[in-house]
Amino acid sequence: MQSVISISGVSKTYASGFKALEDINLEIRRGEIFALLGPNGAGKTTLISIICGIVNRTAGTVLVDGHDIGRDYRTTRSLIGLVPQELTADMWETVFNACAYSRGLFGKSANPGYIEKVLRDLSLWDKRDAKSRQLSGGMKRRLLIAKALAHEPRILFLDEPTAGVDVELRHDLWEMVRRLRDDGVTIILTTHYIEEAEQMADRIGIINGGKIILVEDKAELMRKLGRKQLVLELRETLSELPSQLDRYKLERSEDGKRLTYIYDTKAERPGIASLLRDLDAAGIGFRDLDTEQSSLEDIFVGLLREKQ
Amino acid sequence: MNQYALWAIYKTEMARTFRTLLQSIVSPVISTSLYFVVFGAAIGSRIQEVNGIAYGAFIVPGLIMLSLLTQSVANASFGIYFPKFTGTIFELLSAPVSYLEIVIAYVGAAATKSIVLGLIILITASLFVPLHIEHPFWMVAFLVLTALTFSLFGFIIGIWANGFEQLQVVPLLIITPLTFLGGSFYSIDMLPPAWRTISLFNPVVYLVSGFRWSFFGHADVGVGISLAATLGFLVVCLAIVGWIFRTGYRLKN
Repeated sequence: MQSVISISGVSKTYASGFKALEDINLEIRRGEIFALLGPNGAGKTTLISIICGIVNRTAGTVLVDGHDIGRDYRTTRSLIGLVPQELTADMWETVFNACAYSRGLFGKSANPGYIEKVLRDLSLWDKRDAKSRQLSGGMKRRLLIAKALAHEPRILFLDEPTAGVDVELRHDLWEMVRRLRDDGVTIILTTHYIEEAEQMADRIGIINGGKIILVEDKAELMRKLGRKQLVLELRETLSELPSQLDRYKLERSEDGKRLTYIYDTKAERPGIASLLRDLDAAGIGFRDLDTEQSSLEDIFVGLLREKQ
Repeated sequence: MNQYALWAIYKTEMARTFRTLLQSIVSPVISTSLYFVVFGAAIGSRIQEVNGIAYGAFIVPGLIMLSLLTQSVANASFGIYFPKFTGTIFELLSAPVSYLEIVIAYVGAAATKSIVLGLIILITASLFVPLHIEHPFWMVAFLVLTALTFSLFGFIIGIWANGFEQLQVVPLLIITPLTFLGGSFYSIDMLPPAWRTISLFNPVVYLVSGFRWSFFGHADVGVGISLAATLGFLVVCLAIVGWIFRTGYRLKN
């Protein structure tokens, strides 16, 4: 698949000597939703800022739709819309004028009809004459999205889009992101909410300490790193595990009423079928069983621990 | 040229003036009128003519310059400092606009405001004293050139400033004293020789002198020197702005 953004060898060292990014190589595919996942201070915002032209890079090249972000900045920047993490908007500007300003700034001729459509899509049309300082936090967030969409970008960066946003609005945002993707807009979102990446993204990149640790299809990532957990509720209290079950590395709860078995889908450890047979042979009966798939959150935490 | 961006910035900056009409236009007009009452009417009546010009009329070019310099610096520095302060600067930096376009739009808007202000003060002044302008073309030329140069200077201060205090310090501690000591209210010929020599190091002397020449055809220093000094300062400011954008100084780091 064709890359819409290709980042090669990008690094950033701030004047203070702090290395925010080290030798980043990353390809973003056209039309996908890419989630850049990482803890605070991992370098997510710095990477976005470099692509958008807000921060100068120390080394490396970035191509947007085949154009160099330095030499062809006019082309690359007019393709990109950016929704920043901080709620920053001109306090005295009205919602409509703020969007019209953004559209002009990005080199598009005035188009009140289009801005109306964007504002309606974001349920901001009723607030078009309100000043930004009169808006609630959630509405400010939507205003920033409207401003970013005002010039009809083909690539949209959402930097922590749902930080401090209530559940209802979060779902509205996800809905909007999917609609944009259906229109062919490439979306890159940064987040430290794993739920968000899990629900939204086609692919996931994990960044930590200024380095990309891993880039993978979400489904593939879940399959490769996903673990399953089997919990058995025992019929009778078990004081000690019989030695023939050693190879399963079972975990016995303190009260002896529950056994937990962790297995992965790569099947490096014996499957549940043989475990159940062996339990039967050992005369251990169970009332109930429960299996659980590990979430992206568990994978993420596991990965970060592994790298440290 | 991204003319849509130029226009968007210019329009937004001008709209900001109308939101703060009282502060931007009314207050300078009131303070100028006060200068006329104090220096023109009260003190001026005791002062003989200066170089054959009635004192009330003599101070008009200096008063316009005083407002032009302080307002150009204030408008332009605030215009670029405010987005930096609120964080909205990210949008400007991520937009497909060249540095030249940013400078033209911000400095152009700031200069427009101070030129309008200068003309308003000129009209106000003509209500107090009879005025005759000897070289109208050069009067306008000095007005525009000074407004542009000091708006550019203000733009630099706005980028350099890391807080509201720094934003105020340069206008307060440098521009105002230089203007007062730059012959706004007197001819530097009236000073003792030593102070006269020192005054020649004050760039504002050349601005006021050139501007006054366009009104009365008489100047403290040659009008050619005035023009050269103003243009020289403009070039210095342009060079600094060029360096700021090339290095991303206080903007992209």
